Amino acid sequence: MKPGMKRAVLHALLFGAAALTAFPLLWMVSASLMAPGETSQTPPPLLPDSPTLGNYRQLFSQLQMGRFLRNSTLVALAITLVSLLLNSMAGYAFAKLRFRGRQRLFRVLISALVIPAQVAMLPLFLILKSLGLVNTYAGVILPSAATIFGIFLVRQYALSVPDSLLEAARIDGASEFGIFRRIVLPLLRPILVTLAVFTFLASWNDFLWPLIILADDDRYTLPVALASLSREHVQDNELMMAGSVVTVVPVLLLFPFLQRYYIEGIVLGGVKE
Amino acid sequence: MNGNRVAWLFLAPALAVLTFLFFLPVAAALLLSFTDFDIYALADYANTRFVGLSNYTNLLRNPVFWKALGNTFYFVLVGGPLSVAVSLAAALAVASRLTRFKPFFRTVFFAPVVTTLVAVAVVWRYLYHARYGFVNSFLGVFGIGPVDWLGDPKWAMPAIILLAVWKNFGYNMVLFLAGIQSIPVELYEAARIDGASTWQQFRRITLPMLAPTFLFVAVITMIGYFQLFAEPYVMTRGGPVQSTVSIVYLMFEEGFRWWNIGTASAVAFVLFAIVLAATLVQLRLQKRGVEG
Repeated sequence: MKPGMKRAVLHALLFGAAALTAFPLLWMVSASLMAPGETSQTPPPLLPDSPTLGNYRQLFSQLQMGRFLRNSTLVALAITLVSLLLNSMAGYAFAKLRFRGRQRLFRVLISALVIPAQVAMLPLFLILKSLGLVNTYAGVILPSAATIFGIFLVRQYALSVPDSLLEAARIDGASEFGIFRRIVLPLLRPILVTLAVFTFLASWNDFLWPLIILADDDRYTLPVALASLSREHVQDNELMMAGSVVTVVPVLLLFPFLQRYYIEGIVLGGVKE
Repeated sequence: MNGNRVAWLFLAPALAVLTFLFFLPVAAALLLSFTDFDIYALADYANTRFVGLSNYTNLLRNPVFWKALGNTFYFVLVGGPLSVAVSLAAALAVASRLTRFKPFFRTVFFAPVVTTLVAVAVVWRYLYHARYGFVNSFLGVFGIGPVDWLGDPKWAMPAIILLAVWKNFGYNMVLFLAGIQSIPVELYEAARIDGASTWQQFRRITLPMLAPTFLFVAVITMIGYFQLFAEPYVMTRGGPVQSTVSIVYLMFEEGFRWWNIGTASAVAFVLFAIVLAATLVQLRLQKRGVEG
């Protein structure tokens, strides 16, 4: 095959694949603007006959969508902030502070990555129940307040912080926490941004644990609320498309600006020691 | 100043969370799996009895458990390799010297990764609709169908696999792209001078150089796919005729719907044992592959 021909075939395939990949998301937006019942045709319409925001109005005025949006934002932000602090402290300690059993403890944590999170969930529920944290935001947030993956990511990055810098600060009489706050954290900024994007997305999208721990529907996060609404409103396609848009679009809009950091996190997490 | 003490102060908050909210529950789950902890025990822990291995032996006699096990393996063994293959194909196409608009393609292929699984499962449920769904209208163009995707026990799992591949392939694509970019260009230049074809370059340079990436991608994809839950929960509720009940779905139903926490813990530990065994097998196999 000639190079020109090769290039044309390759691009035809790539554009075809891109169209297929984007289609479900584009159609979701389009169908969310359709009138009730409009999607129930053969073949289904690609674009709304006369676009309407009626579905969104119904979601926010009758189905508490604003509340779920607020709950999700609150929970995801809280998890991100708390876990960023805890993971960066622990990651820094593993990279730069000497203590007995450092290697062994780190190896234990890394091996524990193979344990599926679901294994912990039943006793975790009982523990949080005895603390009175079932059906609270704290119950959603606390189990994610520190993660092995986050500690690992920070530790890998913090290894490159020069020891001489820390030693110099110690000689100048800086406190350990002062060193962490004024020297280490600024140097860790790139990895912290990456970890923040990662954590925010993961908690925004998380489903199983919030489903387990939250009981009252006015405390639901978006995924839990959407799953429950979609069971009640099986026939209301257009309404549910609007619900999906509200759930997905906030992260999808942020994504073009943040994808660099997110992808960095995936790649760094995949680098072997 | 005591360096040891400082380090432990920095570690304490994270380790406390991990110990009390992860490691301790995992150990407790093992203990619970040997008890008959149920809704009565939930009211009063004194109603719990030690029952030895009977939760596990009961599972072995439970047809739904075998169904869940079979469905999950179907999802992992078909969906996993398919998903990795699509990721690799996408990465090779995006990384090709001939490709223009690389950032555009990368962004589009990656977009499903950041979406919320529950939301896109709701969307795909309508795409799979037997009468009004786009999947059937698309296949109708080629004279295929209509297929009752989510209503036919034969097709429900393939439908879920297709959704999973669409949702996930961008993640592994990024890892493969990073792997491809780290291969020295000189290798390809030398191969071209020696007259190697594109296929030979792929077979002799790209694939072997990607071996470590492959190992990592295969392991994380497999671990992730064993945890199938939200798709059947939203799209099929485990049906039709239990054709999409997964291990985690069974654990959720047993534990949080019927409050058979002893049984559910046993299910959770079976999942753990399988994931652990499968990871070790993969590491062993691939190590041999890399060395051989």
